[in-house]
Amino acid sequence: MEVVSTVRPPLVTGGKTASDVTNDICRQVEGKPSKSWLMGMAISLTALAIGLYATIVLLWEGIGVWGLNKTVGWAWDITNFVWWVGIGHAGTLISAILLLFRQKWRMSINRAAEAMTIFAVICAAMFPGFHMGRLWLGFYWALPLPNTFGSLWVNFNSPLLWDVFAISTYFIVSAVFWYIGLIPDFATIRDRAKNKISKMIYGALSFGWDGAAKTWSRYESVALILAGLATPLVLSVHTIVSFDFATSVIPGWHTTIFPPYFVAGAIFSGFAMVMTLMLVARHVMNLKDYITIYHIELMNIIIIITGSIVGVAYLTELFISWYSGVPAEQYAFLNRATGPYWWAYWTMMTCNVISPQLFWIRKIRTSIVASFILSIVVNIGMWFERFVIIVTSLHRDYLPSSWAMFYPTFYDVGEYLFSLGFFFTCFLLFAKFFPVVNMAEVKSIIKSTGSTIKTSK
Amino acid sequence: MELNKKFIVGVYSDPDEVVSAVKKIQTNKIKVHEVYSPFAIHGIDEALGYKRSRLPIAAFLFGMLGTLLALTMQFWMMGIDWPMIIGGKNFASLPPFIPVTFELTVLISALGMVGVFMVASDLKPYKKVKLMDNRITDDKHVIAIDLGANNGASDEIKNLLKETGAEEVNEKNFE
Repeated sequence: MEVVSTVRPPLVTGGKTASDVTNDICRQVEGKPSKSWLMGMAISLTALAIGLYATIVLLWEGIGVWGLNKTVGWAWDITNFVWWVGIGHAGTLISAILLLFRQKWRMSINRAAEAMTIFAVICAAMFPGFHMGRLWLGFYWALPLPNTFGSLWVNFNSPLLWDVFAISTYFIVSAVFWYIGLIPDFATIRDRAKNKISKMIYGALSFGWDGAAKTWSRYESVALILAGLATPLVLSVHTIVSFDFATSVIPGWHTTIFPPYFVAGAIFSGFAMVMTLMLVARHVMNLKDYITIYHIELMNIIIIITGSIVGVAYLTELFISWYSGVPAEQYAFLNRATGPYWWAYWTMMTCNVISPQLFWIRKIRTSIVASFILSIVVNIGMWFERFVIIVTSLHRDYLPSSWAMFYPTFYDVGEYLFSLGFFFTCFLLFAKFFPVVNMAEVKSIIKSTGSTIKTSK
Repeated sequence: MELNKKFIVGVYSDPDEVVSAVKKIQTNKIKVHEVYSPFAIHGIDEALGYKRSRLPIAAFLFGMLGTLLALTMQFWMMGIDWPMIIGGKNFASLPPFIPVTFELTVLISALGMVGVFMVASDLKPYKKVKLMDNRITDDKHVIAIDLGANNGASDEIKNLLKETGAEEVNEKNFE
């Protein structure tokens, strides 16, 4: 018997039974798409279409259409890349790290968070691909394959190559983890399916799952080991992304604090994005009994913890730049805070350090409206963090005659729009055709943490 | 699952009842074929006498394979096949090879273990599934008892299932 705290609020409210869980979640998959879904899809597809135009022009003309210049050779593209990878950290963090810590509140949000992770990683991978200029060759160039130069191999000393391995491993392992979790739920949809086509599709997707205890036992073991593998993997991915900067000699990038600072920032922005998406999903799909105020409060607590770590990192960076006694380093940070990009720096500071502190107030962290607004504010802040780190460190080059500013063109914005459109289109498709909540896991906790607890004989 | 088998199927709602039922059925010298449920029941493995899965061992071995592959690949490419001078550093040295080694270890370990899981549990997209009861992916737990393996004492089994709290007792034939 499991001992469940009487102090903690229930994770599933409304007196749901196991078959209520099946009905509530499968209804979304089986029913006609709702008006709000169609509206969301229309907006996402519009963004995707505008972005697609920008992308086609970019691929045709080359990356000269971006606002880059010889001083600022990296700007929105890499900002978006790091931003999306960061967002992609919450999903596997929730499903892997919270599984290892036996946090049962993960169960109603992990499915959607993992889907978000997978789509965010695809969005992230677009940008280095585009930046290589020839997207159709980029994937081939980045891999250690024999080639026409007589097997001149890729450079394994380069953090950019480590990134290739880190991001692709992260993508594959996350997708596998997500899919393994989906199999029992696909079986549920299969066994409820009325028409032949959906029976066939969900039958194939469910891999012939029959719920045998032996399979469940192996499944649990696989989930645990995958969680154990994914935990260091999540932490490694943003660490390696930070190496792109930290191993260089550019003032403002060359800091040993980057790996933990980037990982905390990634979890921070990832949870903010999960919050944004889950609050919408909760409202539109009527999941109030599965994603309760308690879930929202716990996510906000993670946001305040990681946000504070990020805040401490910003201050440490400032202090160390002064304490190092290196004039270039000191100038880089003075320029960030008071130079021509001061507005970006202070947007970052306000959105990431100051506003999340509001979550110390219980009323705010249990308020849906406040959580929604602050989650978007955090993601704006985290986008600016990457922009500040990248552009302000580059735009004052070694020679003052090379100093420049970065001005985004339509195509910079267009590419960003493309990734946003792609992300939301994928997420909406997921929300319509896949079970949004992990039914099998939620059913397993109903008895111990449902609002009406049944005592067994 | 072999063809032409006859099963007696007890349907339960409460997972804890299933565990105690399995224990009771087995003390009566009746062999349980398998338990089917909508989610993993804790304690059912011990009740059914299933040993701990050896999948973690598979994961470890695949992980080792990943480590070895990654190190061999990097040392061979950078140190032997085409050494390059990059920033005046050694052609091949361990520290810069660690990130890729780590990633490939995780990748091959995860994929290998999941592959073994799929094969061991016979999960494949074109599999025709045979369910003991249609509700086991919804909210019912099922204890299936193979008549052939228990000398066809069907009435005795049915009574026993009812005694242990089964809501329904059905017969299931697979042809």
